Amino acid sequence: MSLLTKTMSLAAAAAMAVTLLSSASFAEDGTGQQLYPLFTYRTGPYAPSFIPFGAGNIDYLRYINEVEGGVDGVKILVQECETAYTIERGIECYERYKNGYNGALTASIYPHSSGLDVALTDKARIDKIPIVSPGGGQNIATDGRVFPYQYPLVFDYWSEAQIIVDYIAQQAGGYDKLKGLKIATLYHDSGYGRDTIEPLGILSKKYGFEDIQIPVPHPGEQQQTQWQQIRRANADWVFLRGWGVMTPVAIKTAARVGFPANRIIGDIWSGSEDDARPAGAAANGYLAVSVFPPGTNYGILKTLKADILDKGKSDLKDNSKFGTVYYNYGVIEAITFVEALRTGHKKFGNRPLTAAEGQWALENLDIDQKRIAELGAEGLISPLKTSIDNHKGETIAAKIIQWNGQSWDTRTDWIKADASLFADVIKAKAAAYAKEKGIEPRVATN
Amino acid sequence: MSYFLETLVSGLFAGVMYSLVAIGFVLIYKASGVFNFAQGAMLLFAALTFVTLIEKGMPFALAFIVTSLVMVAMAILIEWLVLRPLRNRDPLTLFMATSGLSYVIEGFAQLLMGMDVHMLDLGIPDVAVQVGGIYVSQFDIIASLIALTLVATLAITFNKTRMGISLRAVASDTLAAQSIGIRLPVIWRIVWSVAGIVALVAGLVWGSRQGVQYSLSLVTLKALPVLIIGGFSSIPGAIAGGLLVGATEALADIYIGPLVNGSVSTWFAYILAVGFLQIRPAGLFGDREIERV
Repeated sequence: MSLLTKTMSLAAAAAMAVTLLSSASFAEDGTGQQLYPLFTYRTGPYAPSFIPFGAGNIDYLRYINEVEGGVDGVKILVQECETAYTIERGIECYERYKNGYNGALTASIYPHSSGLDVALTDKARIDKIPIVSPGGGQNIATDGRVFPYQYPLVFDYWSEAQIIVDYIAQQAGGYDKLKGLKIATLYHDSGYGRDTIEPLGILSKKYGFEDIQIPVPHPGEQQQTQWQQIRRANADWVFLRGWGVMTPVAIKTAARVGFPANRIIGDIWSGSEDDARPAGAAANGYLAVSVFPPGTNYGILKTLKADILDKGKSDLKDNSKFGTVYYNYGVIEAITFVEALRTGHKKFGNRPLTAAEGQWALENLDIDQKRIAELGAEGLISPLKTSIDNHKGETIAAKIIQWNGQSWDTRTDWIKADASLFADVIKAKAAAYAKEKGIEPRVATN
Repeated sequence: MSYFLETLVSGLFAGVMYSLVAIGFVLIYKASGVFNFAQGAMLLFAALTFVTLIEKGMPFALAFIVTSLVMVAMAILIEWLVLRPLRNRDPLTLFMATSGLSYVIEGFAQLLMGMDVHMLDLGIPDVAVQVGGIYVSQFDIIASLIALTLVATLAITFNKTRMGISLRAVASDTLAAQSIGIRLPVIWRIVWSVAGIVALVAGLVWGSRQGVQYSLSLVTLKALPVLIIGGFSSIPGAIAGGLLVGATEALADIYIGPLVNGSVSTWFAYILAVGFLQIRPAGLFGDREIERV
């Protein structure tokens, strides 16, 4: 072994020892605090999405702790756990924090991955830990009688399909004008991507448009043949259900085959700045569904700027990400966490909540228009009211945004999905799941 | 028929893009018998360095030269820190070392240049032009010309220059080459440098289409079946393999995909590769290894 190699090995060992010692001696006492296990993916291919998203989360919770003195006086202890967006590491993080940390209690866990949400379904039922996935949960788990511990809050892909069709009907001049239109869905060939096949089939029968489904294999770095199919089919609109690199490649390939960007509507995971910007000029006019509207002109964003960003306390390294789609998504998610705690405090008192109390709080959330105004989140979030019967929220809504070459412009107000349209199908699916798993559905009491 | 032709042609062009990535692997395999698992990470590192320099206002040509020099420096470091201590070890050991190296390069690239997604505009219009009644992307045509130029340059370098002949000697018999005075470390540095510059070219072409981001390193997955089909030690093989993979996966997606209600291109190329392994284990143009027993 050369002298250099020896020196480097010793230096590495010393660095590791210092890191271990420092983490051991500075582990924070969490007694009297509420744990927020923050599942991160700061590494890996999806890190560009997480960094502003995580910062939005952390900045809002930092504001609550440092400016408001905690949630009703209860401080939140944020503990990061890196999953690299992999399910196995996500499960490790879940196991590490499901029972709290150093005295801080766990009321709920946000896995930050649709795949992990699914993977935790059985474990969470056994451990009785609420799993919350705003915008990325399982639609079937809307039925809280069968899924007591899953919370697909705020949004789901079936409602998204409905909102897309509603928007196209608006543009066409009415639902009767949908007849004969061709709507192609270009989807990421995964469970997430395939989730809109069924609702679009139902909607196509209802309104008479032609439903064309085209899969794109992961990761989606080549899509020439798919777009040739779209051009050949003479599609009028494309619903782009991408993820990661698939979106900019789709937009660029569409331009190459001459399909107009303003006839492509991306889904919520195809509608961030990092989805549109890499496509360059080809993305001008590109549309997307937004449940997490971008922008800084919201009361809560102005407050965060003054109290966190401008004081150098933000988790953002690059302040230009402030107010982007993913940053605001993080803020919205943190709001749902904090508001659930407030709901629980009203019933159980101002103290850290247990998982069982967290479950109750999540089933009794009611963020109405008045509360949204108090939060300074008007236009940023739509009302959210949950119950045992409905773990998603009674009103599901999204806006349509359009890329102007530099940033997103909001094109519509909230478009509300008609919850009754798929309610029976979802209930039937949940009932079938309950039968298969031998689950006795709860009786709704709220 | 024109739809079939259009699909075929677009698949062939996609295949050229795969070949660009595969050539980097071939170069290193030819010189050292090592499958360089870090080629994707090198591609990401090169493209990220280039786009970072461009964003800092450096002119295109200068950014290309500086990035090439960075890749040469990286090759020298790899040879010194990773390859030299493992000289004369089993190829599997070297493969594992390159596997670890890929994580180091990816992590270092992100630590140094961040995780952002960057737009890369090479100034090549990505629009369709009509050639003989079918639509072909102008970008694809230029990318193919770049690939052909690269292959021609490499072929001339390896066949007509002293360095190329030394490299072929090392590839043919390392010990015999060393016994006549060819210095293995020098050859490795040169080959890794050239592979780094090839990675830069591939990274620019791919990055221009999908944005420069972490997932660029995953395009190497597309190169694997290309290498199996074309042969690990042949540059023309990488081109032929790329064309074959590109064309068949495009046609399979259109004509077989609907029969199975899903996309088949991801695994179809591997099915093809497994088929080739059964018939021609060394690939179309690869060197068949004959061992005395």
